[in-house]
Amino acid sequence: MSLIFELSVPGRRGTTLPGLDVPAADAIPAGLRRIKPAALPEVSELDAVRHFVNLSRLNIGVDTCFYPLGSCTMKYNPKFHERIAELPGFAGLHPLLPQLRRGGALTQGALAVLFEAEQFLAELLGFSAFTMQPLAGAHGELTGVMLIAAYHKKRGETRPVMLIPDAAHGTNPASAALAGFTTRTIPSDANGDVDLAALKAALGPEVAGLMLTCPNTLGLYDPNVREICRLVHEAGGLVYGDGANLNAIIGRVRPGDLGFDVMHVNLHKTFGTPHGGGGPGAAPVGVAKVLVPFLPTSRVLKRTDGSYALEYHFPDTIGYVAPFYGNFGIILRAYAYMLTLGAEGVRRVSAAAVLNANYVRAKLRDAFPAAYPRTCMHECVLTAQPLAEAHGVHALDVAKALLDRGFHAPTIYFPLIAPEAVMIEPTETESKQTMDAFIATMLEIAALAERDPEALHRAPEHQTVRRLDETRAARFPDLASLA
Amino acid sequence: MKRYSKEHEWVELQGTEAVMGITAYAAAELGDITYVEVPALGKKVKVNDVLCVVESVKAASDVYAPVGGEVCAVNGNLDADPALVNQSSEDKGWFCRLTGVAQTEFDALMTADQYAAYTAGLK
Repeated sequence: MSLIFELSVPGRRGTTLPGLDVPAADAIPAGLRRIKPAALPEVSELDAVRHFVNLSRLNIGVDTCFYPLGSCTMKYNPKFHERIAELPGFAGLHPLLPQLRRGGALTQGALAVLFEAEQFLAELLGFSAFTMQPLAGAHGELTGVMLIAAYHKKRGETRPVMLIPDAAHGTNPASAALAGFTTRTIPSDANGDVDLAALKAALGPEVAGLMLTCPNTLGLYDPNVREICRLVHEAGGLVYGDGANLNAIIGRVRPGDLGFDVMHVNLHKTFGTPHGGGGPGAAPVGVAKVLVPFLPTSRVLKRTDGSYALEYHFPDTIGYVAPFYGNFGIILRAYAYMLTLGAEGVRRVSAAAVLNANYVRAKLRDAFPAAYPRTCMHECVLTAQPLAEAHGVHALDVAKALLDRGFHAPTIYFPLIAPEAVMIEPTETESKQTMDAFIATMLEIAALAERDPEALHRAPEHQTVRRLDETRAARFPDLASLA
Repeated sequence: MKRYSKEHEWVELQGTEAVMGITAYAAAELGDITYVEVPALGKKVKVNDVLCVVESVKAASDVYAPVGGEVCAVNGNLDADPALVNQSSEDKGWFCRLTGVAQTEFDALMTADQYAAYTAGLK
């Protein structure tokens, strides 16, 4: 596809501007006028319409195809919640209004959304309070580890080390490092769970806490999670929960009850708000009672007369972590999602998400065995190792072949502890028919690997671009082809 | 004679000076390597300190010092051509040279045969 600049023909216009009705000399002072014409594309209205419509047709999303991107929870984003977010009373609200004198009275609806969304999350996850500010998952992680740092500092303790299991998302060590911690890796045991002996050996007075994903990135629920939290607490540390995989347990078990002290929740995953190209995200952070004093400001409080107000005066707060109150439009959609589903609906989400992942895992067992053969949660980590060894067809080739067959590729080569990983997360919003079509395609690819592995090495053959030079793309990214 | 670490580094000792890199097994597991961050000249490391960082299309990974010492040379070709690590991991794709290396630390590492048995066991 051409860039719109390449469609440009000198003199072609899409609109006709009305003539000047003031003297040209007075309109803009001479010193502020452009010397050379702006390098804008010169196209007709039809050129522009076709260009952007065709661009939009290259877009891949949950609205166009099955999108089983493991660890990302690409569930359907209900259109009804988009309509709620478009209501003029919300969409037209100025973010500074509640901070202005008497402005709070004009924003009671929005403040109520923030307050009640926080209450719902606290109830669902078993925490004392939430900050709604963090703007995405890794931002929530950073906020969470900063709260842990503030907690130890207030107690006069120096604890510079954060423990992180080797199955963790790469953002965990990055967030801990950004908050000033050094990180120490805890290996997984043969079942894919945290190695308890290694954890015990690593705990000590220098350890601030542990960052644990529950269920973990292998899609497995660690049966020792309570014991892990107990061991960390016994050593004086706190347990951070990475909420990326919350869709597996929402409404079934409350992380606060398991012993987690702080956790971020990806609204754009579990609570069905848009993400990827459709973002932005939002990652409220929930805390146990001991961390409440350190939460970011401002917080929304309910007064005795039932009205809502922003409160800033918390002496131990870590301060602002985001402008205003987070991504309000996303919090609003998540609030609508929670109201739509209710407590029982949320329980059905996790049940169907886990059932769907296990259906895919069981159906693909022979061609793509699970990296750790046991019942999984909301996603299954399979391995292309048998295809790689027998036919030289790797996880990357399988992923590229899926693109030609009308599916978004699953996550591959993550987590790193699983060789040739293919990580599939169907989510609860997919039908059996859609999953059956995907399963049939995966089996067709496995059969093709035996017959004609070269065909898979050539894939994709029917996309806008073929196999990319990933080394070159990483080394010399061309982000604006306007040379 | 080369020796090998469990973290998949190779090291070759000449007197008290060692040259090191990552093994062919490690390079194959990482996939196409896009960047190698080599240490500053004069950096002093102990065994298992982070010495380099290697980025591939799959992951960014720390590379640990298989033996202690002081960095006295780095492979300047890797900046322009990190694919050398995939093409020639145990020769042209070397990472850096260390001086002041203790023979005992070198002797504690695996021989080629031991390393081959070790990686076979990882499959």
